[in-house]
Amino acid sequence: MNQPSQKRILMSKTGLDGHWRGPTLVARALRDAGFEVIMIGMANTDEIVRAAVDEDVDLVGLNIGGHIDVALRAVRAVNEARPGLPVFAGGTVPPHAKRQLEELGVEVYPPGSQLAEIVDAAYRLTGATAPA
Amino acid sequence: MTREHNLLQDAIAGKRAALARLLSNVENDSAFAMRLAQDLAPHAGRAHIIGITGPPGAGKSTLINQLLPRALGTHERAAVLAVDPSSPFSRGALLGDRVRMQGPSTGSNVFIRSMASRGDQGGIARATATAVQLFDACDWPVIIIETLGIGQVELDIMNLADTVVVALNPGWGDTFQANKAGLTEAGDLFVINKADRPGADSTRRELLESLSLLARRPLPTIVETVATDGSGVDELWGAICSRFMQLQADGDLATLRQARRMRLANKSIRAELDARAAASLASSAGQRLTERVAAGTMSSEETTRVLLQLLQGDQASAP
Repeated sequence: MNQPSQKRILMSKTGLDGHWRGPTLVARALRDAGFEVIMIGMANTDEIVRAAVDEDVDLVGLNIGGHIDVALRAVRAVNEARPGLPVFAGGTVPPHAKRQLEELGVEVYPPGSQLAEIVDAAYRLTGATAPA
Repeated sequence: MTREHNLLQDAIAGKRAALARLLSNVENDSAFAMRLAQDLAPHAGRAHIIGITGPPGAGKSTLINQLLPRALGTHERAAVLAVDPSSPFSRGALLGDRVRMQGPSTGSNVFIRSMASRGDQGGIARATATAVQLFDACDWPVIIIETLGIGQVELDIMNLADTVVVALNPGWGDTFQANKAGLTEAGDLFVINKADRPGADSTRRELLESLSLLARRPLPTIVETVATDGSGVDELWGAICSRFMQLQADGDLATLRQARRMRLANKSIRAELDARAAASLASSAGQRLTERVAAGTMSSEETTRVLLQLLQGDQASAP
C-alpha cells in the first residue's frame, strides 16, 4: 500500500553571505522533482549537524558563501555525526576550495551548473528513482 | 521488528538519531506506525501538547520561535513538529518553518522535526498523531505542533492537542467570517499576531463578538502579539500554562483527552471504512453496482444496503 519512501534533503547556507536566490531556486527544483526539502537558512556547524540528525535527511545541500573553512568544518562534523550521509554543495566555490571539499567526499556544483544536473545528482545520491 | 524494537529502546534512552529514524519509519510505513501507536498507547499522556494553527502567513513559525525560549524556562526541553504542505503534483515539499526558528530555538534541548502533509487534508499529516506519541514516550515534556496554513475546516489539530492556539492577524475577515468559521470553535486561545498593524482593535472586537455567541464559558483568552519582536509572547505563554494548569487542577484534562481520543479514533475508523468502501466499489461486484447507480436503476439507499452486504462478505472471506 505504501508509496516509495519520500527522500528528504536538508538545505543550508554556511557563513554570513546573504544570497538566497541560488538555494531557493535549487530547493524549488528539488521540490518539483518530488523531494521533501527542509530549509534551515543560515546556520552554524552545530545547527547543521543537529538538523541533519533530527530531520533524518538522506542528503545535505550546502550553499557556500565566504569562508571555505566554515564549510569544511560543517562537512567534517556532518561526516562524523552521520557517516555515509552524502553532501553536495553549490555557491561561490573557488577551485582550491572545490578540491578540498571533494577530498571530503562532497560533490560540488559551482555557478553555471544546470538545475537538471543538480536534480539528477540528488536522485543518484539519495538512491531515489526519478519519475518516469 | 527486533531492529525497530532496538531503535525504540535507543530513542527512549535519549538517542536523537534513533528517534529521528523512528519518525521517518512512522511517516513511510503506515503498518509500522499502526503497530507502534498501539505499543505506545499505554505510555502516552505525560506531555503538554500544544497546537498552533491559523491561516498562511499568520506568523505561526515566528510565534513558536518566541514561545520556545519561554517553554524552556518552564520545561527542560521542548519538541516541535512543523507541518507544511506537500505538492499534489510532484509529492515534493518545501519545509521552511525552521528558517524562522533561530537562536535559542536551535539548541540541543529543542528537537524540531519538519513534516510534509503528504496529501492529508486535515491541516496536519497522517503520521503526526503517532509522531506526537513518540515524542511523549521519549519524555519530551512539551510538544508544539505547527499545522500548515489553514482556511476554515482543516482542524484535525483539535484531535491531538491539549491546547489549540489560533493565530490570526489584524484585518482577518469580519464578524461574518468569524461566525462561519470552525476556527473559532476549535481554538482554546486566540492570538492576534502582527498587532502593531492597523485593525488589531477591531479584529479583537469582532473575534470577541463571535466567540461570545458560542456556548463556551469562560470565553477563550485573546492575546495580542508582535512575534517578530516578542511583544505579548510572555503573556501568551502565561495564558497557555495557566489554562493547562487549571485543566489539571479541575480534573478536566482527563475528560478533554478522552473526548479527543474518541474523535481521533472516529476519524481513523471513518478513513478505514472509506478506504474499504472504495476498494469494494472497485471490485467486479462493486462495478456492477455502480453501473446500476449511474443508470439510475438503483436508489442510493439500496446501493448502501448492497454495499454493506458486500463489505460483510469481504469480512467473512478475509483470512
